[in-house]
Amino acid sequence: MSAITRQETSGPHQDRRHDPVASRGGLFAETDAHRRSGALPSRRAALRYWIVLAVLAVLAAASVLGTLAYDNPMEFGSRGFWLIAQMRAESIIVIVVVAFCQAIATIAFQTITNNRILTPSVMGFESLYRLVQTSAVYVLGAAGITFLTGVGQFLLQIALMVGFAALLYGWLLARRGGNLQITLLVGIVLGGGLGAAATFMQRLLTPSEFDILTARLIGSIANADTDYLGWAIGLAGVTGILLWAQAGRLNVMALGRDTAINLGMAHRRQMIVVLLLVSALMAVSTALVGPLTFLGFLVAMLAYQLGDTYDHRLLFPLAWLIGVVVLAGSYFILKHVFYAEGSVGIIIEVVGGTFFLVYILRKGRL
Amino acid sequence: MITLSSVLRRYTSEVAIGPVNLEIQQGGITALVGPNGAGKSTLLTMIGRLMGMDAGSITVAGLDVSKTPSKELAKTISILRQENHFVTRLTVRQLVGFGRFPHSGGRLTVEDERIISQAIDFLHLGELESRYLDELSGGQRQRAYVAMVLAQDTDYVLLDEPLNNLDMQHSVQMMQHLKRAATELGKTIVIVLHDINFAGHYADHICALKHGEVVALGTPEEIMVPETLSAIFNTPIDVIDGPRGLLACYF
Repeated sequence: MSAITRQETSGPHQDRRHDPVASRGGLFAETDAHRRSGALPSRRAALRYWIVLAVLAVLAAASVLGTLAYDNPMEFGSRGFWLIAQMRAESIIVIVVVAFCQAIATIAFQTITNNRILTPSVMGFESLYRLVQTSAVYVLGAAGITFLTGVGQFLLQIALMVGFAALLYGWLLARRGGNLQITLLVGIVLGGGLGAAATFMQRLLTPSEFDILTARLIGSIANADTDYLGWAIGLAGVTGILLWAQAGRLNVMALGRDTAINLGMAHRRQMIVVLLLVSALMAVSTALVGPLTFLGFLVAMLAYQLGDTYDHRLLFPLAWLIGVVVLAGSYFILKHVFYAEGSVGIIIEVVGGTFFLVYILRKGRL
Repeated sequence: MITLSSVLRRYTSEVAIGPVNLEIQQGGITALVGPNGAGKSTLLTMIGRLMGMDAGSITVAGLDVSKTPSKELAKTISILRQENHFVTRLTVRQLVGFGRFPHSGGRLTVEDERIISQAIDFLHLGELESRYLDELSGGQRQRAYVAMVLAQDTDYVLLDEPLNNLDMQHSVQMMQHLKRAATELGKTIVIVLHDINFAGHYADHICALKHGEVVALGTPEEIMVPETLSAIFNTPIDVIDGPRGLLACYF
């Protein structure tokens, strides 16, 4: 029987002399039924969370419908309308998958690193992606672009990125004295090296090859090839479910190493598992649409602010919806306002970058 | 009982903690004292399996801390470090609720809620329980951390300088809370203390460390002796019999 339970049955014998602060209600006060410790501390916080979630859901649905229906030349409900909508639906699916990957990966990554400024892209994934794409064009020439499409290369790209992460974390974190800060630093340095190698090769490309390459290196919904969308959904789904299953542990990991170990976490193993899952999500997203540096950061930051909860079970869906709204919104603006269908990444980097600066400077706290 | 046998942690070829052989009895408060760099916190964090050791073994209630799964240890032993900073925003009650994680795995039962309420009341945090940690003063926050450790409901509680940054009033109150936890809840509390007078007044046993080795172990009456204290702290120390017990004077 636990000690606290024991003391309750042992009767009121305690010595209050030690206690200059008069005990209100005392040690044996009946526990009021309304005292609850949920992830949302008060009725107001809970109400706020669900309203925010509902509003986001409506916004997400609106931006999805808007993308499908806006400027559709055919009459709503007609066969032609649905044919056009169906073609646009592929973009929507890509948006939903990418938002899912980026949102969940970034939050999980920030939780286990105990840092809300880092995003998983610091780990060199995007540099690796750039290097792979550049090498393909460099080695195979403009014709190499044909190699860069199809399910095979998509899976290869993902395998490379996850393998890179597994090697890095497995080696740096699992060894004795392994340390997250050093691991991240090595990741950043390696990322820089890979990026430099890619830049070097880009300089040797002919202008036409470079033009083709650039189109693939800027994050773009249009990059996605629907052939491998099924694979992307499957991979993201499985990884997402695995991370979702870890949500309770992620809540504890967010308290930092010492507290997490105190509460019974196998901290290092947990960290490696989460980092691998994160790298799989990032790999899917990057292989699908290319690098999107600020999306994850922006989405996670908004989710913390709007959700105001520690519980990952509540943060994940919120962040996903925010991601869909941001991505679909940018896509819609890009397509119908700027008529430059293609690179959503640019809008997100501008908006995300600005938001980041304003946020940091105004609040001074993360 | 906490048993350390030949525990060693090497930093450089000259600097090492140990080898330490030590038995900490069950029940009461045991204070670890000693000058800076003596290895008090290192020893405590090694017992709490937050830091590995290079040689030797530590058992707590018969469990080897380097072999027993962390999850199982979390039901027997809890440790609170000096610095606690969380990126997440938590209310007092949410923080204390995390103490139940080893038992409930994050899904709090009615029983868990009851224990959480009791831990909160035990440290007189009832009125603050729905406040966020960043809205509290240092002393209140420190109490919230201790409440979390109490909610974890382990027989052994390790605290690394819980009086750090607390003023006189809050230090005394904290020690009174801990004393109550030891006597009323039957906890075995091991605590790193800087002020020998706090150790002398509130601890049941004092363990003095110097240069990574145990140099004295005994009841406060046995340790609060001018020669012993002067040798431990490298400072001339007198002990006077004050109105509330033995008092070390070192000014």
